[in-house]
Amino acid sequence: MAKVTFNEDLCKGCGLCVDACPKKIIAIAKDKINAKGHSPAEITDQEKCIACAFCATMCPDCVITVEK
Amino acid sequence: MVVFEKPKALTDAPFHYCPGCTHGIIHRLVAEALDELGVTGKAVGVAPVGCAVMAYNYFACDMVEAAHGRAPAVATGLKRCMPENVIFTYQGDGDLASIGMAETVHSATRNENITIIFVNNAIYGMTGGQMAPTSLPGQVTQTSPYGRDVATAGYPVKVSEMLSTLDGPEYIERVAVNSVKNVKAAKKAIKKAFQNQIEGKGFSLIEVVSTCPTNWGMTPSNALKWLEENMLPYYPLGVYKDRSAAKKEDE
Repeated sequence: MAKVTFNEDLCKGCGLCVDACPKKIIAIAKDKINAKGHSPAEITDQEKCIACAFCATMCPDCVITVEK
Repeated sequence: MVVFEKPKALTDAPFHYCPGCTHGIIHRLVAEALDELGVTGKAVGVAPVGCAVMAYNYFACDMVEAAHGRAPAVATGLKRCMPENVIFTYQGDGDLASIGMAETVHSATRNENITIIFVNNAIYGMTGGQMAPTSLPGQVTQTSPYGRDVATAGYPVKVSEMLSTLDGPEYIERVAVNSVKNVKAAKKAIKKAFQNQIEGKGFSLIEVVSTCPTNWGMTPSNALKWLEENMLPYYPLGVYKDRSAAKKEDE
């Protein structure tokens, strides 16, 4: 099964992964702040992930690991 | 099965770049190319002056810091002393196209067997958003508050077009990192630039059209759109010089 994990402490909340996701299942967290002081990106519906790795391809900070 | 993870040629140090800065993507592409070609252990990178000055903290290979713009000269020395090693420079537009123009042009015309990654984001990022040689006509920067006036500031330098007129260089290509498709194409180009060096073909330069959300004054997402709508028409993507391919066609 497709699985996406975010190394949240590295995330700067730029949102490029949110735009890149074809399934629109990534969002910037509204109720969380990481060690850097940013609101990190998080996956909202893991079930719908197709492991295309578009999010990780556009992530400038190597936050995302994609498994299948 | 892991489909995507951080390449081994990058250290665990978190990038200091602003949120959404595409330097991070380009760092990763260089690291992936080094890993895939199996040359991380014998790679030596030359860091520039500019936002990428601390690239030496991020690549898990030997790194040298050059004086402003002099990375191609340092890389020339390294490559001539250590021809078995893979030498690359990672430079921005203020570094490569302004103060380092002489070193860039002359290392290209000598066809030094090095790889240059040239990040063009049309502005001086580290010093706070001044006009760069590559800033677009009419572009508003700290030092061109009414937009770049070509009557007094001249026109942007098109590095790939200019270097491709020389007989020296082996490979010149311009790529961008504004979409998944373009990032994948950029990866292919960067890998080819390293492959050329390993095969002893000579000077390869990849110009990567990049963003600077902070100094352009945009969100990261809008910066990618601005790149596509404004930079790509002025800086068309494509292969500008490929001497080996041209030679094959002649035969």
